[in-house]
Amino acid sequence: MDNYQFAVKDLTKFYNGKKVLDIPYLIIKKGTVHGVMGPNGSGKTTLLSILSLLTKPTSGRVYFDGLEIDSHGNNEFRLRREMAMVLQNPFLLNTTVEKNVAYGLRIRGLSKREQKQKVVECLDLVGLAGFEKRRAHELSGGEAQRVAIARGIAVTPKVLFLDEPTANVDKTHIDVLENIIKELNRRYRTTVIFTTHDLNQAYRVADEIVVLSEGKIKEILTTQVFRLKAEG
Amino acid sequence: MDYILVGIWKACELIFSLDREVFGITLLSLRVSAMATVFASLVGIPIGFIIGTEDFLGKRPLITLFNTLMAFPTVVVGLLLYSFISRQGPLGHLGLLFTPWAMAIGQFVLATPIIVALSISATQGIDPRVRLTALSMGANTLQTALTVLSEARFALISAVIAGFGRVITEVGCALMVGGNIRGYTRILTTAIALETSKGEFAFSLALGFILLAVAFLVNIFFHWLQGRRG
Repeated sequence: MDNYQFAVKDLTKFYNGKKVLDIPYLIIKKGTVHGVMGPNGSGKTTLLSILSLLTKPTSGRVYFDGLEIDSHGNNEFRLRREMAMVLQNPFLLNTTVEKNVAYGLRIRGLSKREQKQKVVECLDLVGLAGFEKRRAHELSGGEAQRVAIARGIAVTPKVLFLDEPTANVDKTHIDVLENIIKELNRRYRTTVIFTTHDLNQAYRVADEIVVLSEGKIKEILTTQVFRLKAEG
Repeated sequence: MDYILVGIWKACELIFSLDREVFGITLLSLRVSAMATVFASLVGIPIGFIIGTEDFLGKRPLITLFNTLMAFPTVVVGLLLYSFISRQGPLGHLGLLFTPWAMAIGQFVLATPIIVALSISATQGIDPRVRLTALSMGANTLQTALTVLSEARFALISAVIAGFGRVITEVGCALMVGGNIRGYTRILTTAIALETSKGEFAFSLALGFILLAVAFLVNIFFHWLQGRRG
């Protein structure tokens, strides 16, 4: 279990009486990049929401760092502080880029000096150095997405969840975002779990790909297996 | 037409001559209304936030109630408060009748439903992703609430301005529970009512212009605050 970031057992989620997620078993190793792939309604976002403790499963067990996540929510707040999630359509607070990126640091009580240092470092990592004083609502879709990622990585989470990180980004910026994901995994050994529709993107970025269909795991591919499959 | 010009002239004269009585009346008006608005905001914004962001049985009737209370007639509030704090009333022993405290309580009752109702609208209109973003970044319940309130700050400041506007200009309640005692509970609106009844139109108008100027300056302050916090 020491090597596992997440272990999931007999996980189900029902919405309005309909089973939207049914995962008997899933392991996500520490420091890896995981792609969760599948069509709309396959349960990708629900899985991410459950793992990031934003949604409670209907049944089943989820272990984080070897520790079972309490179904009563007793250790939820402490564990949530070890993760960060970037929503598919990220929301930036109506203030400057600097204050957005520093948000997680501010609520953790870091000093202004530490916040400033980290903001500069993270904006640099996402290719937005010098954007500190810009108003968040004046940014383009791609820039906003990168600011949201910078906000997520600023708190140096053990796990970063990215829900369709390139869904609202133009083609020219997709490469940039994919490189950011790889770089932050390489630099901080952050476990990254992202959802995507695009199998090629999952292959380019992830170490392992979980393919979901109608709430069930259809296949788990490692990049090596995927490469062999692609080569026929 | 002349008396309007005379009124303006007199207002300038009273302001620039630093007339002690007018200054006392203006300061008391500000003190009572500011106190009522601050307390109404401290109570009204959290109530509005809870009603606006939580789902519970009876939410709709509660919103309707607060919307209705926005139009609470000032004299009715004065009458109800009078019945409570008059000598025979249940709170008569506190000796609040005909004191600035009584006026502040009355104004608090008037301002609170306005601030609650407008805070409900302000927080209901907030993007649900704000809460989700705060939680996903590790915010606790209080930090999440403060983040939502911070995003609603422009509308919330407008709610506070509306509450203040309602109480600084009300006369019925202040007259009934304050008593319009010279140098003690006389505020701008009650002084205007008195001077008009005495036929002192110019002086009334002067006080009216001062009241407008005060409301204007307070609004400028709030707008400056909105800009600064943005």
